[in-house]
Amino acid sequence: MRDIFRGFGAVFFKEALHIRRDAGTLFFSLTMPLMQMFLLGFGVDTNIRRVPTVMYNADGRRESRELIDRFVNSDTFSILRYAQSDGEMNDLIVAGKARVGIKIPVDYSDRLLHQMSAQVLVLIDGSDSSIAATAINVSNAIGLDESLRRALKDRDFMAVEMRPKMLFNPDSRSPNFFLPGLTAIMLLNVTTFLTAFSIVREKERGTLEQLFVTPVRPFGLLLGKLLPYLCVGFFELCLILTFMRFIFRVPIHGSLILLAILSLPYLFAALSLGILISSKAASQAEAMQLAFLPILPSVFFSGYIFPRETIPAIFRPLSYMIPATYFINITRGVILRGATLRHLWADGLALCAIGTLLLVIAARRFQNKVISA
Amino acid sequence: MSEAMPNVPQAQNSSDNGGSELAISADHLVRNFGNFTAVGDVSFQVKRGEIFGFLGPNGSGKTTVIKMLTGLLPLTGGSAMVQGLDVRTHPEEVRERIGYMSQKFSLYDDLTVAENLQFYGRVYSLSPDQLKKRMNEIIELNGLGPYMDRQAAKLSGGWKQRLALGCAMLHEPKLLFLDEPTAGIDPVARRQLWDLLFELSGHGITFFVTTHYMDEAERCSHVAYIYYGKLIADGTPNSLRELPEINPPGTMRIEISTPEVTRALRFARQIPNIRSATIFGQSIHALVDDHLDLEGVRERLLKEGIAVAEIRPLAPSLEDVFVELTYKHQELQEASRA
Repeated sequence: MRDIFRGFGAVFFKEALHIRRDAGTLFFSLTMPLMQMFLLGFGVDTNIRRVPTVMYNADGRRESRELIDRFVNSDTFSILRYAQSDGEMNDLIVAGKARVGIKIPVDYSDRLLHQMSAQVLVLIDGSDSSIAATAINVSNAIGLDESLRRALKDRDFMAVEMRPKMLFNPDSRSPNFFLPGLTAIMLLNVTTFLTAFSIVREKERGTLEQLFVTPVRPFGLLLGKLLPYLCVGFFELCLILTFMRFIFRVPIHGSLILLAILSLPYLFAALSLGILISSKAASQAEAMQLAFLPILPSVFFSGYIFPRETIPAIFRPLSYMIPATYFINITRGVILRGATLRHLWADGLALCAIGTLLLVIAARRFQNKVISA
Repeated sequence: MSEAMPNVPQAQNSSDNGGSELAISADHLVRNFGNFTAVGDVSFQVKRGEIFGFLGPNGSGKTTVIKMLTGLLPLTGGSAMVQGLDVRTHPEEVRERIGYMSQKFSLYDDLTVAENLQFYGRVYSLSPDQLKKRMNEIIELNGLGPYMDRQAAKLSGGWKQRLALGCAMLHEPKLLFLDEPTAGIDPVARRQLWDLLFELSGHGITFFVTTHYMDEAERCSHVAYIYYGKLIADGTPNSLRELPEINPPGTMRIEISTPEVTRALRFARQIPNIRSATIFGQSIHALVDDHLDLEGVRERLLKEGIAVAEIRPLAPSLEDVFVELTYKHQELQEASRA
């Protein structure tokens, strides 16, 4: 047993020396994610507010002005300009200055006064689906509310009233939603790149070839490479969590220790991925390109930005192969929902399985490479 | 170099290699890559304590043979015993017993000399005491002492090579593979390396050295020449020089020293009984019929206004040997193709 890990200690110790020697790279790779965190934490707000709107009020009487007030008070729409014609309204939308155009027809007040149905045209720029969805929902709600108000005139209560209560993120703060997911992406970044580079560098220098002529065994070599970067990744996680808690004030509802323990299989999977990449890449430039490959799927298919429920069925299996999928569930679970091991053990197991699989494939590739180079 | 060398193992009293006289025994080695035959039916034997020079043009299969002998490449055919072990069945054990230095010296640039040595010490599972002892011995041998805390990147080529050699022999292997150890280093470092190799070889260590330098080949106790996958020469430098193919009956080699080598060559080639001639610095080396009148040659050249300082018989150099054998091999191949 000891034999298949031969050389582990030697490689581990040497790798730690490399990391210490190259403090610049270490510093850079530790601070880059923090900068991304600042950008996303302060700069991105997923709540759609103040959508620029062009208003064409062809009626102009009291009823129409009341309706406009309702739009403005919703905080979803912000009136950019009052247009004087259909053409002007259209132009502003086509030019991208306004996302929504609202036209109140000439006979709006008349029809209401005569107990007839009045129609309001709401033009929505569909080029951004999340803005469009919000604009549709909110304008429908305003229409419904206005109709109800008019129908209920003399009664003062509603028959059914919904009382939605938002759990876990009551103020729907964007950092609370974004940062736990970002943690997974940032860790993936750092760890995959660092391991991939550390091995490809040895390929370029010829030291890898040298190692293969020594009694060092592939698993000893790979684990020796992996473990120091696991420590770096873990340190990075602690940094990120500290910033998240104290700068961005994201409350951590669950157990930090559980999060720390469950981060280990994730880091293991990410590092194994880096090793697999290095088994393919011949140069650092190639490794760089390959290391970028897993990032986009990890952003888009893991539930980090788009809910996984919206992923088409054929891509669903892909999302299960991405380590970030499980770790995002773990970070959001522990940080926001206060989940415990009872809720998350399956994610942890899945990560262990993916990591082991990747490492075994990588070790085999290395063994074959030696033999066929 | 110091006289006392307690560090270097004595080949005679080593018991872990089955007592065989041979460090390497390669038997009909074949290695194919797809349809391409990189090494075709190569056999040779290296005795303990020999400095075995392995020569051949780039891409002729030198490195492939090294990889096969070190267990990195499986053999397509044939067999190889290294230090008494079959590389096909015991590659791990073979790697414990050999040292390898690649042409790139393959050091960790950002680590110091001491750290590089310590790393290989751990790789070969030396105990801290053994490691310390071996490091002292190696420092004594190669003079790296003053540079122990210097980063490998900041060493000159010659020192890098000494460090790489130190790393490769830290675990006291009795067989060392050196793949072009002198490529790109200065002549002084080159000379010093060879002095070191002779010294170590005197203590029973076997060296398998690839090189492009003919003068290095001359220093080896045993030379082989591989030409596109085929071994076309194998023997001591002297036995190769005496091969009948190199010295066809009724011929001899002469050296004509003259200040005007280029013009002299032109006329020399017109003289009947001079079979071939080529320039070597300030002289011409020629293969001639042994009844050639040397005074006649001198007079002939003098008639053209070329002063000849000296004409004397010459033993063939290894380069002559390899050139001659390569021609012979090519002729044979063309004949078999036709």
